[in-house]
Amino acid sequence: MRVPQRQSEQLDTSRRKATWQRGLLVVTLLSLVIAGVSAAMRPDASSDSNSADQPGHEPAATANSIQERPEFPVEIRKPSGPPRVSTGLSDPHGNDVTVACSTCHMTRQPDHQNKAVRDLDEFHGGMAFSHGSVSCLSCHNSNDYDSLKLADGSRIEFTDVMTLCAQCHGPQLKDYKHGAHGGMRGYWDLTRGSQIKNNCIDCHNPHSPQFPKMQPTFKPRDRFLEQPRTEH
Amino acid sequence: MIADNNTADQQQNGGKGEPLLPILDQPSTRRTALKVAGAALGLAAFGKAFSPLMVIPENVSVDEFLQQHYKELTDEDKKKVFARLEAETREDYGADVTISDPRPIPGVRFGYGINVSKCNGNGKCMEACNKENNHHRGVDQSYIRVLEMSKGSMDMEQGSTTYDHTVPQEDKFYMPVQCQQCDNPPCVSACPIEATWQEDDGIVVVDYNWCIGCRYCEAACPYHARRFNWELPEIPADEVNPEQGYLSNRIRPQGVMEKCHFCLHRTREGRAPACQEACPTGARVFGDLNDPDSDINYVLKNKRVFVLKEELGTKPNFFYFFDS
Repeated sequence: MRVPQRQSEQLDTSRRKATWQRGLLVVTLLSLVIAGVSAAMRPDASSDSNSADQPGHEPAATANSIQERPEFPVEIRKPSGPPRVSTGLSDPHGNDVTVACSTCHMTRQPDHQNKAVRDLDEFHGGMAFSHGSVSCLSCHNSNDYDSLKLADGSRIEFTDVMTLCAQCHGPQLKDYKHGAHGGMRGYWDLTRGSQIKNNCIDCHNPHSPQFPKMQPTFKPRDRFLEQPRTEH
Repeated sequence: MIADNNTADQQQNGGKGEPLLPILDQPSTRRTALKVAGAALGLAAFGKAFSPLMVIPENVSVDEFLQQHYKELTDEDKKKVFARLEAETREDYGADVTISDPRPIPGVRFGYGINVSKCNGNGKCMEACNKENNHHRGVDQSYIRVLEMSKGSMDMEQGSTTYDHTVPQEDKFYMPVQCQQCDNPPCVSACPIEATWQEDDGIVVVDYNWCIGCRYCEAACPYHARRFNWELPEIPADEVNPEQGYLSNRIRPQGVMEKCHFCLHRTREGRAPACQEACPTGARVFGDLNDPDSDINYVLKNKRVFVLKEELGTKPNFFYFFDS
């Protein structure tokens, strides 16, 4: 409360002095502005002096240099190729006998009436299928069973299955591209090392894509429920 | 009263007036005897109470006893300290390890996000943490605690860590809780000896050799993220992770606090934290908050995000988010 009183007294008693001070302030401000402008006219000199004076302000410089450094690749795992289908038979060594899709499908006409697993009476019968309302030939290519097909009917290799999935699962692809879906291994900083990411079918069974249930295997053990382990 | 007692005493001693204890020039009353006994007891208790300061404990070497606070160690000191710790690990655990001291990357500030829509509580992160960070194998210790929570509730007290059934359950959601690396860390203010502090990249670290194990920080942390080493960690020689950081995953001594350090021995070299690599559901997102194009910033800009116990003002660098 006292301070404003004092100030008002000062103003009353020495107005001339105050105006003189104000004038001085304006001059100082002007000179400062001029100095600032002249410094800005010489960007090289000013940035040099900044970085030399303030080592703590290096992040900006390093960020620039990081952008200049080469980025390591993000490697997306790919399926090895067209799947092999188990015939349920085994060879003399006890190994499962598998065949390519085209082994059977080359000689059979595709039946577009078959929509779901329950419609198949000869093969693929026991397969778990739970993937919305899509039918077999929504994704499988009836012209070449060793490949897949997109919604527009164009052929796509099994190795590029992510393009197929992304037709419907756009939000997941967007998250995936930004590391918020699918997980990763390797380096978060691509200027220091590469990253490995899963593809869709590493985690999702394409015929039953819901992430499987799991059994937790690792639990902290309560030290109070067990016998004391050490004496202290 | 005194006079009465004196006269009574003198009469008992035959009226000679000679004190029983010559060093005390006082009449030998029962009061004096009690005084002497009290003083002796007090002195003994004082001596006993301060005796730990007089001897170096058996399991602490002279060098360790005289070691300075981490921030006061010169590079030369650090070399000696790390060499000593490496030798001790070789002797005690039979494992050849390298102790390093990666410093924060200039301009980087770490943030971590967990997708509660994706996490299914399988606990692989805890297992990875246990192995990466040289945790005590005997109690399957880890920096992470996965809470099984009822849908519709955020009451962490009601969360279960001991669930042992197929996950995820329909009426539950799963929330891994570890150190939130707060910008306003209550554990740091609680520490009476500055054995814990926040570094430039946001990671709150502990100098295990400076910590006295008072556990104030454990009480101060609202996320129950700090652990006390009740026992000397037991780790088979072939399971000891040889890549160790002084402020992170080196084998902790008995009787000190420890906490999640975002695997700083990995993340400060650009690598992902062990729990993120281990997560089979892809629920974990890690990155640099200062980089606008980082994964974690994508999450913060595009998802529904919350922090735990926001009302406490701890300002975590750890975020939880939903898919939709």
